[in-house]
Amino acid sequence: MNHLVVLPVLIPLLAGALLLLTARAGKTVERSIGLLATTAMLVTALALLSQVSAGELMVYYSGNWPAPYGIVLVADRLSALMLSLAALLALASLLYAISGEDRLGPRFHVLFQMQLLGINGAFLTGDLFNLFVFFEILLIASYALQLHGGGRARVRAALHIVVLNLLGSAIFLVAVGAIYAATGTLNLADLAAKVTTAGPGQTGLLRAGGLLLLVVFALKAALVPLGFWLPPAYASANAAAAALFAIMTKVGVYAILRVHGLVFGPDAGATASLLSPWLLPIGLLTVLVATLGVLASRDLRRLLAHLVVLSAGTLILTLGLNSEAATSAALYYALNSTLVGGGLFLLADLIARERGEAQTRLDCEQAVARPALLGTLFFLGAIGVAGLPPLAGFAAKLYILQSAYLHTAASWVFSAILLSGLLVIIALSRAGSALFWRTGDTDGLLRTPAGLLPAAATTLLLSGTAALMLGGGTVTAFTQATAAQLADRTAYIDAVMSNQAVVPSPQRKGGY
Amino acid sequence: MEILVSILIGVMTASAVYLLLRARIFPVVLGLSLLGYAVNILLFASGRLQLDSAPLVEHGLAQLPDPLPQALVLTAIVIGFGMTAFLVVLALRALHELGDDHMDGGDRP
Repeated sequence: MNHLVVLPVLIPLLAGALLLLTARAGKTVERSIGLLATTAMLVTALALLSQVSAGELMVYYSGNWPAPYGIVLVADRLSALMLSLAALLALASLLYAISGEDRLGPRFHVLFQMQLLGINGAFLTGDLFNLFVFFEILLIASYALQLHGGGRARVRAALHIVVLNLLGSAIFLVAVGAIYAATGTLNLADLAAKVTTAGPGQTGLLRAGGLLLLVVFALKAALVPLGFWLPPAYASANAAAAALFAIMTKVGVYAILRVHGLVFGPDAGATASLLSPWLLPIGLLTVLVATLGVLASRDLRRLLAHLVVLSAGTLILTLGLNSEAATSAALYYALNSTLVGGGLFLLADLIARERGEAQTRLDCEQAVARPALLGTLFFLGAIGVAGLPPLAGFAAKLYILQSAYLHTAASWVFSAILLSGLLVIIALSRAGSALFWRTGDTDGLLRTPAGLLPAAATTLLLSGTAALMLGGGTVTAFTQATAAQLADRTAYIDAVMSNQAVVPSPQRKGGY
Repeated sequence: MEILVSILIGVMTASAVYLLLRARIFPVVLGLSLLGYAVNILLFASGRLQLDSAPLVEHGLAQLPDPLPQALVLTAIVIGFGMTAFLVVLALRALHELGDDHMDGGDRP
């Protein structure tokens, strides 16, 4: 049994505990521990990524309990990819935060690590109930991170998120109860094996459970009609928190891909392809609503929040195409949109710092102190997120369209993606010219611009889109392999249920 | 007994939904707590309801209860408790910050 799999959960947990103990040791200690832990997480995630890239499924049986009785963590290509993405995003957000944002309230670093604990755990778990537990961990940390710094807008948005997500947790538990009552197991691999032989008396419960899970995951992924909580929340949150939140909607999408792909796949007996009538329309609607939101935004941060919803909608739309090529395209798109989305949130805060009172309002009144640097970064991010050549956003959209080409709903997908792309370009160019070109007032230029570190963190994330384009061949080969691995459900079930890794317990002396 | 328990869960959920749709924060908190109780009983019932059986394990008893839902309910209770506590504190904070206990808070549009 390889203990590397449990490290992405252990590192933030221990670091968080350590941070609580050293709360009085000062900011420098806190920042070093946070940075150290997040770097360790990135290294671990990359090590995992290289180990699973050959196609091995790494299963970790906590406490050496055999599946399906114990708790299992499973690392496959998808988990490792998402872990690396989360760690990279977290590292950049943390680098940004330590330039001053973490002073705005207490316990920022503890919450940050707890948030990562929840995210990493959700990506690794092979058990439905533990998915619930890790969701709760990442949620409660995200409430506090969202509130970090305080203020009216944050409190008002947090109230909505907390109530909605508490409701979502209740629905999750109902779904868990229904699925457990029907099959007697919550281990995903065991569940996937058991739904194929489910009798007619259990089908109703299973269907209800599966669709309730979709409701919960759609709430997390901010899909229409459950995603209206997101824009005010992300627009009001701190830059570092908002950048990290760029991966939170992807956790919801990941859960749909994992749970529904594995358990309610095409060979799942009476509940086969449970979601296939739902994902495509939901995705289309989300893309439509989010694009309107992007167009209507009068503030850069709110515009970016709508872009996060748009990327989640595009992902669900692509997954709704229900083919291996589409899954691969969706993963590539997810990598790009997460990095650029996070980077743009950091950039918005850089702009807000230099514009002072005007913040990120899109009204041509206040110039920024470093128009060349910030303007270039904005240009890079806008091209990356809107999907113009030569950056990875373009390749991702092309890949999606290519995978949709022969689908019966191809005309819908094409029009949705191309039209939303055009409207996003219009909105972003309007925003860019309001922020950087048509600025009358240059009085405020005496403000000291933020140091080098925040700009470096922003550049790190935004240059991700260029890196993805340059390494496009390698990355798409990996996402294709990931999609193939996801389609091979028997391999997952066999790997988890075989228990071959379990070390035999030492012989007890003297018997019971 | 199954019918009684399902009616109980149904009534509690219906009342919870009614409370959740109120505009003020306090009924919403009550509604969420009530929904939590309903869900916990439902989770408990997912392991089948039995009368006169051993609490966990007993030698010579043919039918034993399912321990897993009990563990799930325990976890759910703990998490629900923590979340409700957080919500109550947040509601108080919102009352101070926004000067209003409306769900949409303060100078709403």
